[in-house]
Amino acid sequence: MAVLPNAGADALLMTPTPLADWLVVAPAVLPLLVGAFLIIVRKRLHWQAPVAITTLALVSLASIALLARVWSEGTLVMTMGRWLPPFGISFTVDLLGALFAVANSLIALGCAISASRRVIRSSRRYGYFAFLVLTAAGVNGTFTTGDIFNMYVWFEVFLISSFGLLVVGSTRAQLDGTMKYGVLNLIGTTLFLIATGLLYGIVGTLNMADIMRKLPLIEAAPLMTLATLYLLAFGMKAAAFPVHAWLPASYHTPENATSAYFGGVLTKVGVYALFRVLVMMFPVQLLELQTVVAWVAGSTMMLGALGALAQNDLRRMVGFQVILGVGVMMAGLAIGSAPGLAGGIFYALHSMVAISAAYLLVGVIERRSGSASLNALGGLWKDVPLLGAIAFVLVLSLGGLPPGSGLWPKVMLVQAALEAGRGWLTAAVLVSSLLSVIALGRFFLLTFWRPSSTESRSKHDGTPRVLGVLTVVAIVMGLYPEPFVAAAVRASDGLLDPAAYINAVFGEQG
Amino acid sequence: MKTLIFRTVAPYLTALMLLFSVFILLRGHNEPGGGFIGGLIAASAFAIYGIAFGVPATRRAMWFHPIAIAGTGLLIAALSGLTGLFSGTPLLTGVWTKSPIIGFDISNVIIFDIGVYLVVAGAVSSIALALESTEDNH
Repeated sequence: MAVLPNAGADALLMTPTPLADWLVVAPAVLPLLVGAFLIIVRKRLHWQAPVAITTLALVSLASIALLARVWSEGTLVMTMGRWLPPFGISFTVDLLGALFAVANSLIALGCAISASRRVIRSSRRYGYFAFLVLTAAGVNGTFTTGDIFNMYVWFEVFLISSFGLLVVGSTRAQLDGTMKYGVLNLIGTTLFLIATGLLYGIVGTLNMADIMRKLPLIEAAPLMTLATLYLLAFGMKAAAFPVHAWLPASYHTPENATSAYFGGVLTKVGVYALFRVLVMMFPVQLLELQTVVAWVAGSTMMLGALGALAQNDLRRMVGFQVILGVGVMMAGLAIGSAPGLAGGIFYALHSMVAISAAYLLVGVIERRSGSASLNALGGLWKDVPLLGAIAFVLVLSLGGLPPGSGLWPKVMLVQAALEAGRGWLTAAVLVSSLLSVIALGRFFLLTFWRPSSTESRSKHDGTPRVLGVLTVVAIVMGLYPEPFVAAAVRASDGLLDPAAYINAVFGEQG
Repeated sequence: MKTLIFRTVAPYLTALMLLFSVFILLRGHNEPGGGFIGGLIAASAFAIYGIAFGVPATRRAMWFHPIAIAGTGLLIAALSGLTGLFSGTPLLTGVWTKSPIIGFDISNVIIFDIGVYLVVAGAVSSIALALESTEDNH
């Protein structure tokens, strides 16, 4: 039996950890374990997909249970190795982290199911599903950790796994895309690491709750530099203008389900980190930076909208929709008030669902017509009316029109921007939405309504179930937004008042 | 590198380095050393063997695929943290037992370190062998 060390209660947590608290680490640790297992058995090709899907289903259940507990009990903490925080790494899950973890787990599950029917043998052989599960582990770890250096580590975990996902298949275009994605993202995470090193030098702690306590007490430190470095590093990961170039260069190259997962979730990791770090740790500096963030948000939106309008390739067009969405979420950050942040959070949840669905839709169109170019497509409405209906709902969702899911977060953001007196940011949201509707309308018109120029090569490759489910979720988010709004508002309150977060980590001793 | 001297020395060197890597791994418990540096030394041992006898011979000698070794290490390291599940402590809590028979303490900390050792040894030798094998093709 275990012999506990005789160290005193001044260094270790002496209260026992109930088994239920393991929910806090389950979303990150469970897929990590199974990812390792899948690497070992990577030659058993028929095991890969079922094991990955089962795991991600369990991870989704665990995340949902975690969300339910956080909703009713507030922020949950588990500190690694029983060391008292800030010395042990504290996994700290607040509502924002739990919401994003649920969204990530469910979308990873959807993409795994979608990939299980299509990913070719050689990609499975090189560990496609192991990489997918490990990427999900890294992203969940980022969403649930409460330690800034640990967050960097999880960034590396999902980045390295995502390199793997991008490159399996090894076509020339994929290698080219992965190279750009890899180099630019590594520069971004290096900046993240440098900023974290500086922060540790100034504050002497890496625990985020501890940093929130101590930063306001520090005078005469280059905190503006730090906040700007974090903005640049996370902006790069989120693909915000002007450091977005890697996204359109790489997201159209890999397996379709991979694009769906990356477009849906990975850029939101950058947005999440911006919200977590800038709003909670650098609120004073964020006020100073607000004009910069507003310009970045506005330009990102316009760039995304114009880029989408200019593209003939469907996947690239969706890629620019991803960038547009990042701009909208950053507008929430630029507004900085509770309703603005809530709008940004809700938009992020909407965007995860709608963008993943859009990539899957493009995949279905590609397989049916053998092309993803607007010049060649046409006549799909007659061919597959149901697909047309799904596409129509997604067009409404992404464009921010009722009854799609994009409407309400944009309404919240526009209201918040007007209240905050940011007229031109409001205009940017609205104009970019209009341009995006034009781009999406053009896609719908040409792909579905234009008479087919060539003989339709209708290939049946099964009903796109995952796409259907995601579309239904998008409609539900549009027609019944109350729970999502309530969750986003509570999450943004938690961001603006970190007292609950700090108390959860340090308890009474804080 | 097909010189007679190198090919004669390489097996002994590899064996010695592997032994030394295990020594460094165990020494890391209380002194400088540990799984990471031990794993690197093990990987360089395989790399030397690969330079002397070629990649196929090295792969045969390693028996397991380097990536499988790395995966096993990751699994061991992650599992070692789960002991808290049974003792009411958080993830990655150190558990120590005195064992009079072996003469030193057994803990899940050393198991974690062995996991790290395998991850590093597997991953780095996989990269090294891949680089060496492209060299063979030219």
